[in-house]
Amino acid sequence: MTITEQIQQRVREALAPEHFELVNESYMHSVPAGSESHFKAIIVSGRFEGQGRVQRQRTVFAALGELTGRIHALTMKTLTPAEWREAGGAVESQSPPCLGGSKADG
Amino acid sequence: MSPDLKARIENDIKSNKIMIFMKGSRDFPQCGFSAAAVDVFNRLGVDYETRDVLADMDLRQGIKEFSNWPTIPQVYVDGEFIGGCDIVREMFANGELEQVVSKALGK
Repeated sequence: MTITEQIQQRVREALAPEHFELVNESYMHSVPAGSESHFKAIIVSGRFEGQGRVQRQRTVFAALGELTGRIHALTMKTLTPAEWREAGGAVESQSPPCLGGSKADG
Repeated sequence: MSPDLKARIENDIKSNKIMIFMKGSRDFPQCGFSAAAVDVFNRLGVDYETRDVLADMDLRQGIKEFSNWPTIPQVYVDGEFIGGCDIVREMFANGELEQVVSKALGK
């Protein structure tokens, strides 16, 4: 299973997301072609109810477990279903450009 | 994490109202995510302190444990962990960051 598939599986199992987008943005960074190092995710889940931003990202990282250490970066938007509806079912998520300073780990 | 490193981090976040643990320096960030974090504070026009985790391998690992947060950058305001790049940018965009920072700086 690819890292992309593993992330998808773990997020689906742990967070039962109402909406989930995962984009492998590794091509934007100074890593070999075909890498699975940099990702962007939009996750809409009821599990985020009552959690602040920091706690939501910790929830996602906890779901990923040791996978977290195998990827370099994960840009996230974490919303509750109510926030997602309020946002009209779309959020903007623009990852910062890579500056190429560190090719290993986060 | 060594008690010495823990004390150093605690001192950093206590003695600097805005403390950013990042890759590289404010003038030469070594990662787009770190650059985006300092850019936000530059735009707010407030003073802040940074530590370069690439220059200190113990800190690079230790800060992740300390904050229970697996990635860099990490931003502390008034001794409190407020998040990484995504959160800081989101808070800047909706005006929340300016409020938090103003409060911390006593403005």
